[in-house]
Amino acid sequence: MSVMIEAENVRFTYPGAASPALDGVSVAIERGAFTVVLGHNGSGKSTFAKMCNAVLLPDEGSVSVEGMDTRNEELLLAIRQRVGMVFQNPDNQIVANVVEEDVAFAPENLGVPPDEIRRRVDASLHAVGMDEFVTHAPHLLSGGQKQRIAIAGVLAMRPDCIVLDEATAMLDPMGRREVLSTVRRLNREQGITVLLITHHMNEAEDADRVLVMDDGRIVMDGTPKEVFSRVEQLRDTGLTVPETVELLDRLCQDGMPMPLDALSVDECADAIANALARKG
Amino acid sequence: MLKDITLGQYFPGDTIAHRLDPRTKILLTTLYIVALFSANGFVSYAVMIACLILSVRLANVPPRAMVRGLRPVLFIIVFTAVLNLFFTPGGREFFRWGFLTVTETGIKTALFMVLRIMLLIMGTFLMTYTTSPISLTDALESLLNGLKRFRVPVHELSMMMSIALRFIPTLIEETDKIMSAQKARGADLEGGNLMQRAKAMIPILVPLFVSAFRRADELATAMECRCYHGGEGRTRLHVLRYQRRDYNALAIGGVICVCVFVLGRLGW
Repeated sequence: MSVMIEAENVRFTYPGAASPALDGVSVAIERGAFTVVLGHNGSGKSTFAKMCNAVLLPDEGSVSVEGMDTRNEELLLAIRQRVGMVFQNPDNQIVANVVEEDVAFAPENLGVPPDEIRRRVDASLHAVGMDEFVTHAPHLLSGGQKQRIAIAGVLAMRPDCIVLDEATAMLDPMGRREVLSTVRRLNREQGITVLLITHHMNEAEDADRVLVMDDGRIVMDGTPKEVFSRVEQLRDTGLTVPETVELLDRLCQDGMPMPLDALSVDECADAIANALARKG
Repeated sequence: MLKDITLGQYFPGDTIAHRLDPRTKILLTTLYIVALFSANGFVSYAVMIACLILSVRLANVPPRAMVRGLRPVLFIIVFTAVLNLFFTPGGREFFRWGFLTVTETGIKTALFMVLRIMLLIMGTFLMTYTTSPISLTDALESLLNGLKRFRVPVHELSMMMSIALRFIPTLIEETDKIMSAQKARGADLEGGNLMQRAKAMIPILVPLFVSAFRRADELATAMECRCYHGGEGRTRLHVLRYQRRDYNALAIGGVICVCVFVLGRLGW
């Protein structure tokens, strides 16, 4: 697998801030992977996301996208075209009054010819399941729908990677599910690399890889099962574990040995049933 | 309540007036205004009124909506009528009371002035009734394109306009929310005299402005992330193209404008 985004010993301090937001982050994000970055507020996860398409540049160290250094200004458009970014507030990233115009915004900026823009707009809206809203006004849509439009707007650039910077944080559970299933489908069907920044543990359940950040460093790195079974360490970084793991952990502490890597509700139920059967 | 504000009061439809290129409509409106200011007698005004009635018919806009557009300028119309009626000397005198006189010229001028204002307002409203604000912005950008040579930031202005239009509903919604929040904290927004009411606006405007700036900042980042780098090398999804009907409409408009100009010169 080739490397999509590579960060090497990245350090960054916001102007006027006392402590660094990123304090030596080194990580390689593989092409086609679904990676989730977890962390509490101020852990540096959003700063890391903004490093991925040159919205912020490292003070020390380097970030490269498909081998292109983000500090090279001549490569700026190429980098941003490859790594699309979806932000937290859906209202503040929609540019146009009509859905199709908004999705067309990025290809228009890239100088794509009109008929090709049309094709991309239709394909992107289809990919996020919003075909029927082509001529709607974005401000009348629900939060989840707006975020899907934002994703379509990024898709129209034909990116290799999408970074979602807490894109689900302002949504209700329904909207969150809509956005997550859309992103998962894009990852599976179109092979788009996804970097999902969030503080909702359960969004990490079926990721390929989970990174946990704390104090500007990556403190844990592994598959969801590996990361979530380290319950104590997760609690130390101020994160809560998924409810299923929480339940299994408590059972363990009460003297009932349990595996801590059953993340989904079904797996968890099976694990408990097995344990009970063993006990007889 | 704030939601009732409609901007540009666009009436969606699929008439010939809606299908015309927005640039054609701007140009026709300009011709209409030129003709209106050169109209100078009963015949030329009759032609103008006929033009307006015909266009309203073609656009299928309810006449009631046209009249409603006059309401905000009612005061100006009445004011102009009164001034012209009582203070224009000349011609036969019908009435005199102190310094107020009503003369033949006065009646005529007052009538024409009132007609002119009404036709002006209704004509321009007809354009905004049949053209969405976004296509108007696009049309302006395209029409003013030549000014780029003189370093007029045409693209930037039109981008600002369309973003402003985009954010009006969002900011209205936000204002509603802030007002509710301040009312919940016991703010009295409706009572009191003018001064008190103006003061009551401050706790609404301050958070609104703060949030608008934060929005602007986030939007700028989001736009940059989608490769926005000014108007250079930018293409459009919808390209404006003049059709046969646009040339026809412009030709007819031009002929009428010249006719009215000549009629006006002749004093008809």
